[in-house]
Amino acid sequence: MAPGEKLPIAKAINSSLRTAMENDPKVLIMGEDVGKLGGVFRVTDGLQKDFGEDRVIDTPLAESGIVGTAIGLALRGYRPVVEIQFDGFVFPAYDQIVTQLAKMHARALGKIKLPVVIRIPYAGGIGAVEHHSESPEALFAHVAGLKCVSPANSSDAYWMLQQAIECDDPVIFFEPKSRYWGKGEEISRGVPGPLHQARVIREGTDLTIAAYGPTVRTALQAAEASAEEGRSIEVLDLRTISPIDFDTIQRSVEKTGRLVVVHEAPVFFGSGAEVAARITERCFYHLEAPVLRVGGFHAPYPPARVEEEYLPGLDRVLDGVDRALAY
Amino acid sequence: MTVESTARAKTPRSGVKRTATKTTKKAAAKKAPAKKATGAKAAAKKAAAKAPAGRPEPEMVQLLTPEGVRVEHPDYTIDIDADELRGLYRDMVLTRRFDAEATALQRQGELGLWPSLLGQEAAQIGSGRALRPDDYVFPTYREHGVAWCRGVDPAQLLGMFRGVNNGGWDPNSNNFHLYTIVIGSQALHATGYAMGVAKDGADTAVLAYFGDGATSQGDVAEAFTFSAVYNAPVVFFCQNNQWAISEPTERQTRVPLYQRAAGYGFPGIRVDGNDVLAVLAVTRAAVERARTGQGPMLIEAFTYRMGAHTTSDDPTRYRSDDERAAWEAKDPILRLRAYLENEQLADEAFLASIDEESDTMAKRVREAIRTMPDPPAMSMFDNIYADGHALVDEERAQYAAYAASFADTDEEGN
Repeated sequence: MAPGEKLPIAKAINSSLRTAMENDPKVLIMGEDVGKLGGVFRVTDGLQKDFGEDRVIDTPLAESGIVGTAIGLALRGYRPVVEIQFDGFVFPAYDQIVTQLAKMHARALGKIKLPVVIRIPYAGGIGAVEHHSESPEALFAHVAGLKCVSPANSSDAYWMLQQAIECDDPVIFFEPKSRYWGKGEEISRGVPGPLHQARVIREGTDLTIAAYGPTVRTALQAAEASAEEGRSIEVLDLRTISPIDFDTIQRSVEKTGRLVVVHEAPVFFGSGAEVAARITERCFYHLEAPVLRVGGFHAPYPPARVEEEYLPGLDRVLDGVDRALAY
Repeated sequence: MTVESTARAKTPRSGVKRTATKTTKKAAAKKAPAKKATGAKAAAKKAAAKAPAGRPEPEMVQLLTPEGVRVEHPDYTIDIDADELRGLYRDMVLTRRFDAEATALQRQGELGLWPSLLGQEAAQIGSGRALRPDDYVFPTYREHGVAWCRGVDPAQLLGMFRGVNNGGWDPNSNNFHLYTIVIGSQALHATGYAMGVAKDGADTAVLAYFGDGATSQGDVAEAFTFSAVYNAPVVFFCQNNQWAISEPTERQTRVPLYQRAAGYGFPGIRVDGNDVLAVLAVTRAAVERARTGQGPMLIEAFTYRMGAHTTSDDPTRYRSDDERAAWEAKDPILRLRAYLENEQLADEAFLASIDEESDTMAKRVREAIRTMPDPPAMSMFDNIYADGHALVDEERAQYAAYAASFADTDEEGN
């Protein structure tokens, strides 16, 4: 049992899948290489051995087929947890996710449910070849009928996956792959809160940084570096991208008056743009500066040798903080 | 005047493009002998593309000839009594009547669109009647005859075409999934459902319907792969109605479609899709295979879409009247009627009673659609999520306040 244990994110997810499968015989795991190999990141390591090939299913190499058959299995009463091997490989399944999975509950006027979880190892910083480092979350958050979340630590990875599997809606579960095998973090002994709630992970008074997934750690580093310069930064782990917990962001911004949103995805039409728009509406008279975004550029994810310049690292986040505080 | 009625007034193009059947080949030869010289090369090319050297036109299972004569097939027999035969006739006539009524309702502005199944009644009734209640059907958007067999209220099928919902019925009430508009997507849902059936150890069969055009979709190819790999109890029922809107089957494939199955490792067969007995026999056999753990099968029901793709389509732009006439001679309802009459299994009174029942049903559908209420605007926020979503709640409240502001204005104005 993971609660109370110290685990890296990959092992926390493995443990969470194991718990879900033990608790509910309808939970299935499907994906490419998830069985004997345990997935290319070893996230499903050992599960097929313990639960059998009937519940941990090595699939043909066809992402649309994986999601399309997962939909059929869900209609039969199963709760498939699908692994897409890498972020950039989800697009063959995008049609099934957007035109079928997202809309079927509404099309049946609520009479059928689609409890499908799609796990996607996402984001960059691992020196990979192209299509292995992308952050496509906005492309899913834009679609009604889907829910999107991204844990930033092991405890959330464990508990949020439990909650996603229990949810009767399709959930896209974005896993920060660069953090899979970081050092072990303690899994909380109880559910840390609702799935779709942001969390204040560092309190401050001068400016708020909102981040999720792999950029949460960078945001904390930026807050620490700023503290040395006498600036008090509040850090939010958004945790959920659809829906976004605007109430928590609003409370923070009403206190600090400044907001910088950080994500690896391109900022253009990104989740940061949505946060900026909504928070500007909600907090217009509290804002001391425009909401700023720090993230990827409107460019294909660059070759690995220059990805550090593309990613919103500590210096770029601090630059965003400086610009927001200069108003 | 509609686009179609304008187009219908034009002179049809001469020459027959398609040579899918022997009958149409003859028709083409008769029609355009003058073109022989110039067309010879093209015809040879087309023949080469259609049937590689030495490959004869594929056989198809037939138990009832277009003239209504019972014939035997070495592999497929049918055990059917007079009541069942009359039942098939009734199903087909009622389905055709419903379809005609829906087309009329579209012309009268009651529906935004209607995809007619005219000509495909035998393919749909024959396959639909091969199923048990616990079997599960994944249709396209044209399976009105299958829906009838499954017991879905015909009026319910019209909701999405009227624009009052995007599907609407409970798929589990009749084990008939929602109509699927994105071509071929449902083949994977059927396969996944069948994988679940196998896991449950049930002897339920799953039917995936799609057309000739859908066989070009990746999802159908992936469904073939998944079903074969997992030996899923799914029957792929392809209605090859010769046309994917304006594109003939030659634009989708170089081999007869049923032969695709061989490459995936399961059987495929072509059946006369206008012969309800052959379709019933072949589907029963395929369903039995599925029930007994023998895995998937592909049935290609060779039929013809006698009408337009939908009420928005204009087939005079891409096919000739001769082709349609040739297929009308193979009409699925007329051939069963001829058989019933020849065998003295149906008398005037029976035939008249079916016509009367058809009219009653059509009247009921007409009344149901005309009184079908528009959904309230607020319903667009309903059922997007099973477990709720904060943004939907927020937007619902905002829209409600906005809508309510008009009510205030009205009151003040009065």
